[in-house]
Amino acid sequence: MSCPTHRRPEYRKINKDLFVLTYGALVAQLCKDYEKDEDVNKYLDKMGYGIGTRLVEDFLARSCVGRCHSYSEITDIIAQVAFKMYLGITPSVTCNNSSRNEFSLILDKNPLVEFVEELPAGRSSLCYCNLLCGIIRGALEMTHTTELTHNQTISGGHSKGPFVQEQAYFY
Amino acid sequence: MADEALFLLLHNEMVSGVYKSAEQGEVENGRCITKLENMGFRVGQGLIERFTKDTARFKDELDIMKFICKDFWTTVFKKQIDNLRTNHQGIYVLQDNKFRLLTQMSAGKQYLEHASKYLAFTCGLIRGGLSNLGIKSIVTAEVSSMPACKFQGQRVGNWISPANIH
Repeated sequence: MSCPTHRRPEYRKINKDLFVLTYGALVAQLCKDYEKDEDVNKYLDKMGYGIGTRLVEDFLARSCVGRCHSYSEITDIIAQVAFKMYLGITPSVTCNNSSRNEFSLILDKNPLVEFVEELPAGRSSLCYCNLLCGIIRGALEMTHTTELTHNQTISGGHSKGPFVQEQAYFY
Repeated sequence: MADEALFLLLHNEMVSGVYKSAEQGEVENGRCITKLENMGFRVGQGLIERFTKDTARFKDELDIMKFICKDFWTTVFKKQIDNLRTNHQGIYVLQDNKFRLLTQMSAGKQYLEHASKYLAFTCGLIRGGLSNLGIKSIVTAEVSSMPACKFQGQRVGNWISPANIH
């Protein structure tokens, strides 16, 4: 039965909102459960790791990417294929050192913070998007790319349109 | 759609995370279910707001439930509710024969005792959605054989329809 008075909502967008809103509810709950920011960050990273180890299988099945031969190739694939597939954005990649084993993924537009106004008071060292770090870490470990360290810095005080920078150091 | 994989994995991690950090026992189990349900509630409220921004007003309670069963369920779980029953006095039973969050778990009775953990979030989702549409409710879920499950919504109080607000 058609309902001419209803305007069709954007289903795809709302489906993405489901993930973003769920993530927000999760972080809010974690902030209630843990007083220290480091604990929340650690928990998010661990969770992301669990997701990443499984997500990589889904990614490889869907994307048919070939074997990568260098760390910069890996980072490009993460930025241009994986991020695009799952979050609909393409972060830019910069290489931080001459031995080409340290890269930064820069997210200008971060869908995870779409509904976030600013971080709650007293939570200034909360890495809101730390789940992403864990996911990348987990995914890379599953593909036997050893990663030495992985951290995330968010520059630009408030969360309204934060500029997220993830740095991956490959070993 | 690729996004679905992300949400499914996040949901599974949330459930295992909540239970990992809790101890054994009835009370703890109840607390974990409540935590997950509350998270679902927040999400349901937000989602339904985004969803119904441009839709026309709902005529009555049944109209709202049909919306939940068709549009809402399709957007969130890629399919409609298979069966909606009501006693026309505030109790609704939504039956999904192939619930998305259970299909990967088992087909039958295996792991049945764990099913409720994976339904808590969705119960909250429904309760949150209904709450923002003016229906205060209690939502519970029941599984007898995966991946089919039933969500029972019981209205608490009266529906506050927009027409009744002056």
